[in-house]
Amino acid sequence: MSKKKSTFEDSLHRLEKISELLESETDLDESIKLYEEGVKLSKECYKKLAEAELKITELKKELDTD
Amino acid sequence: MSGNSNRNVLTVSEITGEIKKNLEESFQSINVIGEISNFKPHVSGHWYFTLKDTGAQISCTMWRGLNSQVYFTPQDGMKIVATGKISVFAPRGSYQLDVKFMQPAGQGELQAAFEKLKQKLHTEGLFDLHYKKEIPAMPQKIGIVTASDGAAFKDMINIASRRFPLVELIIVPTRVQGSGAAESISENIIRLNNETDVDVIIIGRGGGSLEDLWAFNEEIVARAVFDSKIPIISAVGHEVDFTISDFVADLRAPTPSAAMELATPDSGELFAFISDFSYTSTNNIENLLEEMNQKIGQTIKSYGFNIPFDLIKNYSQSLDNSLYKLNANINSSVKDINSQLKLLDKTIKSYDLKETLRRGFTIISQDSKVVSRSKDYDYNKKAKIKFYDDEIEIN
Repeated sequence: MSKKKSTFEDSLHRLEKISELLESETDLDESIKLYEEGVKLSKECYKKLAEAELKITELKKELDTD
Repeated sequence: MSGNSNRNVLTVSEITGEIKKNLEESFQSINVIGEISNFKPHVSGHWYFTLKDTGAQISCTMWRGLNSQVYFTPQDGMKIVATGKISVFAPRGSYQLDVKFMQPAGQGELQAAFEKLKQKLHTEGLFDLHYKKEIPAMPQKIGIVTASDGAAFKDMINIASRRFPLVELIIVPTRVQGSGAAESISENIIRLNNETDVDVIIIGRGGGSLEDLWAFNEEIVARAVFDSKIPIISAVGHEVDFTISDFVADLRAPTPSAAMELATPDSGELFAFISDFSYTSTNNIENLLEEMNQKIGQTIKSYGFNIPFDLIKNYSQSLDNSLYKLNANINSSVKDINSQLKLLDKTIKSYDLKETLRRGFTIISQDSKVVSRSKDYDYNKKAKIKFYDDEIEIN
């Protein structure tokens, strides 16, 4: 089974990475680009987490197939 | 002697029938305590074993429909109390105990079975640390093997929605105690592996007696946990309860609630991480901008950067000088030319007058003013007449 492409966890990891990069990046254009991406990501993550509602699914018993 | 004996002769079937009748009537419902040996679960589902003590032994059978009600798997050496009846099998001339119900002779028996299985699985390496899979930090889906109407599941729902509501819980309703519980648990672990993409599985149930929790001490559960490709957290009973599945699982949690806490990140911490990003990154960017600003300021003030401005100043000054000089030169030239022009003009004018006078015209003036019209002439005043050669005065 394949996983969804962009997950909350991926976003957080990217955010972490951007945070790291920003600490060492000295090129202004590059920094601003990273910062913009980070702000966008952090807003998305915040929204996702704030609006999340627990989903509960029941794995039904299979009908006897064998 | 022989006449007497003739009267008392019984066939084998007759005597066996008498024995069967006597035994079966006498022992319709008895409880027998003894140690299991030679335990054989048959493929048909029936159990065959012997109960013995130091002085005797008795064959036992337990039919499929009945043994499925036993919550534990009997093991050789386990002391049990079997409830049933004596039945005689005439074709073989044997008697046996038909077991309807069995239970361990004491909790020590279960404990001993527990220790025995634990030792066996430990020796096989099922508890080895290098088999332990990592529990994902941020699962998208959590599979749950427990009773869907149990308190444990409600607790887990509460914890999940408080800590990390982004997650999806996939519950497989499972029998967690009594007959068939071990099978239900192991089947559902396998189903979650085969039919879902959950990131982690929690197996467990709330607190109960040793008997209630026993399914989690069964070998079939231990094997299913060990074979699972998906990491498993085992959370059975309370803090003090340890089960075989706890040892085989990738992680043991003291309670189902604790298992859910171990399986989910705390969204409070995640929010903090996000705000921390906003704070530090904004700071970083502002610092970088400030740094750039200072650099630009320093550059503007630097000696090298100002050389061109100095050059411009110098050039502009010498340009001013040149312009000044140029202006001065032009002015004096213009003055010279002007005075020459005036001189010339005078000369031209004087030449013009002399020529006119030479041709015989005269100029009459009164009070030093030229009188060019007769109406301007004043007869009461003296007048001067200028000739080419001289000037005379008349009255």
